[in-house]
Amino acid sequence: MKISEQWLREWIPVRMSGDALAARLTMAGLAVDALVPVAARLDHVVVGEIVAVEPHPSVSRLRVCTVRTGGGHPLRIVCGAGNAQTGLRTAVALPGAELPGGVPIARSEVHGVGSDGMLCSAAELGLAETSEGLLELPADASPGADLKDVLGLDDRQIELDLTPNRGDCLSVAGLARELSALTGRAVRAVATTPVRPRISRQFRVTVQARQDCPRYAGRIIEGLDTSAATPLWMRERLRRSGVRSIHPVVDVTNYVMLELGQPLHAFDLERLSGGITVRHAHAGERLSLLDGSVPEVPDGALLICDSRGPCALAGIMGGLESAVSASTATVFLESAYFRPETIAVHARQLGLHTDSSHRFERGVDPGLQRRALERATRLIIGIAGGRAGPVTEKTAARFLPVRAPVRLRTGRTERLLGAPVPRQQIPSLLRRLGMKVARTAEGWKVTPPSWRFDIAEECDLVEEVARLTGYDKLAPRRPRTALHAGAIPEGTLSSDRFRSLLVDRGYQEAITYSFVDPVLQQLLDPDVRPLMLANPIASDMAAMRTSLWPGLLGAVRHNLNRQQARVRLFELGRRFLPQADGTVREQPVLAGVAVGPVLPGQWAVPARAVDFFDVKSDVEALLAAGGSGGDFRFRAAAHPALHPGQAAEVMDTRGQRVGLVGALHPAVGTKCGLESPAFLFELDLDTLKQAKMPEFREISRFPSIRRDIAVVVNEQVPAQSVLDCVAQVSGKLLANLELFDEYRGEGIDSGRKSLALGLTLQDSSRTLKEGEVEALMDQVVRVLESRLGARLRQ
Amino acid sequence: MVALLPRGPYFQREGRCLSPLRLLSPERLLTVREQLSQLLDEARQAVAAAADAQALEQLRVRYLGKKGILTEQLKGLGALPPAERPQAGQQVNAAKQVLQEDLVRRRQELETAGRDAQLARETVDVTLPGRGLQQGGYHPVTRTVQRLQTLFSGMGFDIADGPEIEDEFHNFEALNIPESHPARAMHDTFYFGTGLLLRTHTSPVQIRYMESHKPPFRVIAPGRVYRCDSDVTHTPMFHQIEGLMVDESVSFADLKGVVGEFLERFFERTLKLRFRPSFFPFTEPSAEVDIECVICGGSGCRVCKQSGWLEVLGCGLVHPRVLRHSGVDSERYSGFAFGLGVERLAMLRYGVNDLRLFFENDLRFLRQFR
Repeated sequence: MKISEQWLREWIPVRMSGDALAARLTMAGLAVDALVPVAARLDHVVVGEIVAVEPHPSVSRLRVCTVRTGGGHPLRIVCGAGNAQTGLRTAVALPGAELPGGVPIARSEVHGVGSDGMLCSAAELGLAETSEGLLELPADASPGADLKDVLGLDDRQIELDLTPNRGDCLSVAGLARELSALTGRAVRAVATTPVRPRISRQFRVTVQARQDCPRYAGRIIEGLDTSAATPLWMRERLRRSGVRSIHPVVDVTNYVMLELGQPLHAFDLERLSGGITVRHAHAGERLSLLDGSVPEVPDGALLICDSRGPCALAGIMGGLESAVSASTATVFLESAYFRPETIAVHARQLGLHTDSSHRFERGVDPGLQRRALERATRLIIGIAGGRAGPVTEKTAARFLPVRAPVRLRTGRTERLLGAPVPRQQIPSLLRRLGMKVARTAEGWKVTPPSWRFDIAEECDLVEEVARLTGYDKLAPRRPRTALHAGAIPEGTLSSDRFRSLLVDRGYQEAITYSFVDPVLQQLLDPDVRPLMLANPIASDMAAMRTSLWPGLLGAVRHNLNRQQARVRLFELGRRFLPQADGTVREQPVLAGVAVGPVLPGQWAVPARAVDFFDVKSDVEALLAAGGSGGDFRFRAAAHPALHPGQAAEVMDTRGQRVGLVGALHPAVGTKCGLESPAFLFELDLDTLKQAKMPEFREISRFPSIRRDIAVVVNEQVPAQSVLDCVAQVSGKLLANLELFDEYRGEGIDSGRKSLALGLTLQDSSRTLKEGEVEALMDQVVRVLESRLGARLRQ
Repeated sequence: MVALLPRGPYFQREGRCLSPLRLLSPERLLTVREQLSQLLDEARQAVAAAADAQALEQLRVRYLGKKGILTEQLKGLGALPPAERPQAGQQVNAAKQVLQEDLVRRRQELETAGRDAQLARETVDVTLPGRGLQQGGYHPVTRTVQRLQTLFSGMGFDIADGPEIEDEFHNFEALNIPESHPARAMHDTFYFGTGLLLRTHTSPVQIRYMESHKPPFRVIAPGRVYRCDSDVTHTPMFHQIEGLMVDESVSFADLKGVVGEFLERFFERTLKLRFRPSFFPFTEPSAEVDIECVICGGSGCRVCKQSGWLEVLGCGLVHPRVLRHSGVDSERYSGFAFGLGVERLAMLRYGVNDLRLFFENDLRFLRQFR
């Protein structure tokens, strides 16, 4: 909310600077975001009275005005404004003045006629966005007076960021009341005494939705002067509160809303027929609103209707049909209390947020409607004349909010605040906020005022006590609690273990959005239907990721497009897998991508592009971190996003797939805008995190024997099968098994490959004999031959 | 006492090995000492001039080998009169010893020189860059979360976790934010249209933790949160850390103590801070915490919008209704909760000026946080 500082001070004459006032409000929970001057400096701008107007000798649209600015010689000023006429008091920028936008004023010659300054419009002074003609000052503005003083321009706009619980402060009166509680100074409220009706005419009001509209008051004002204009002082106050002047009646309703906090609505009575009915919307009803939209009204929304149909969305926005216009001479003025929850829900359903709905949904003082109606009536009649009718009011008292008494216990307050409370002061602190306070054995019984919707429980009062005492007066303390040692499960690794492992292997951690482009995801993970957002921020951020690859590849592309040829990225996060039962599995995974040379550019090392086995080694390192790397198996896999010949799935001991590693399929890469080969992996994080407790085994004191063999097998035989076979035959004598070469070409039939293996054999209790080693090697070869069709290579 | 030893033209430097018997021919006898001295001088010069180990070995063989010149001198002593033999023998042995020492010394010199030469050849430009991998790095958000986790672990807080896809109950209702509450409008929520939504804050973890544990609680919950909002200062996803401490008689003073301590430890400096009354539906009393601007020190700058203060977190005493929703006796227990924006703290800590950088994953940005 924005409000004029001057206006507020008129209600509560606190003796403190604007900055101090802002700080005081901020520290009381009414955050002041900014204090903005309401006008430029406007030095040397004074009130001038036009005493004579003559035509310009050579330019027909210009006139030469004689302007009196107090004592001394009258000034001669050339002017083109239509309303420059004798008797007008307006703003004169004297030589030396500087208007907003940096326009300097000097004595000048305008088509041959000397001009001693400039007569100004409101827009030229920065007092309006647009304006027609010269600023018209009131007749009592004395010529020569400084415009700053006449208009009180030494004012600032207080920009408040009020929390939703403090709807009671969304007005000058509310803020003044709060400042009064904070400072002890009394509020100087405006009079809201009833206006005596001069006509007996009434407009029928029927409230059907009494629960949602427990009070509806209204009256007719007829005989308005359609030529009346909103006075400058009111336009200025509205402007300084961020509200545009529109029409005298509308301006008054806005003014009273800003002043007292009660949103009002004025209908052009001639456009209403029958009477007012407050009711819930039927299905499919539509209404043309003031903002030009014609929304379908949500079923059950609260409507103000006449005999023909909806005229306004209650508490949210008026209808276009019944709106006041320049020709309006009779109005029906509405001042109602609407149930906050109802307004909140329907405004949100409609996507509408207005000054009115903002206040109603936070709670308008249910005791305010009559006073606001009287205040507005008085102002309207003061500006546009007219005769008011009697007030029609329909109140369902049992649906009006009731402030129940709340107990406040001294002991509880002290326990929650962790500090002794000023017992003597509490009643007076609370009474200043309009609460009724009665002493009880354990503390007080406190009844909040009608405007405080946020005081329902003891903790709410504790906050009021703390707030008025000042949060900064409460001393901090280090909690006294029992020593607590968190568990350190050795069977679980922390996520950070894997982050540091990859970081040490040259990967940079990325964080990508959890929602991705559904097209990209479809490309990378076509077999899973992702969960879609109902209201994505953009269509390419609409699908919940089922893999971290779309995000990572997006990051790769971003970097490749910025001359980063070598990219290693990983991300640790969740993927979202819709389940058959309608739930969503949030699976934490660790994924990575590698593109570009295997090593960063360096001297005297031939550059080589990263390949499958480089990335596989990173995956193996991750799998080994928990101490059971050997439990995992890689096997060739088919995945739509991966190269058919360079894709592996990682299987655990139960035969479950726990991850994938492979080269991005070149065709998929092209569609993602990636021309360089990319290698990807994604692993189940919970699997990685399982750590094996180390178990000590005796170290053999006997020598080991190494035997190397090379066997030739068909291409289709995976190396893993050969290794598994050797390990199985060698049994526990095998201390280590190493595959140290894979060879194709000369000496090897096409379609076959040679694998060179190094076996290290050792027994824990004796030295192995040459003969038994030879026998074992023979057996290994025999089994390889029979099971895998291997042939020993000579 | 001068022994005569033969001295003849044979002792010119051809290096031929001649029989000492002939040297000792009676025709031209010199003293043994003179002859030996001359012989030794020549040998020593030859040793000193030897260029490598091989030349040195040849000299050793020539002079000290079984048939070496000096060895032969000993054999020739028999030609001297017996009375002169012992003395002449001693002189020859002394000469052999001198030469032997020269040979050893020279060999060491040659070895040292050889090694030095090799080392010189092996000298590299140590300022050339090292080879191998380049270290990667943590994302600044992770770095910040890790710091905060360590910090809170030190204060006895456990770490909890909750789903990112939440239901209305845990994200709103249980936190005292009913459908009609204006605070709902402050949460621009992503929905799935199935009663599920992306959590708008980490606060639902409070509820889930309280539902599944027994007080006292001391826990933090870091994680991703989502708001349907995207502009210069908002990204649709960001990170929060939720904190919760509940025990018998945990108070606002404790909240101020814990928040003040962790902020000072996080920024590693004494900070002015202020607690401002604020509003969150799930805490009462509620506060916003401002710290003195870490960029300008409180004098006013662009980052703090000239106010000298930076808003860093929201907190308060857990609303008794929230405790009750989660099955905690709100008369017996009280506690505080806080929620802070990780990116916000990272930006202040590292001087990052654009929130959006955190999710572009530009290597030139990420590498700054190694």
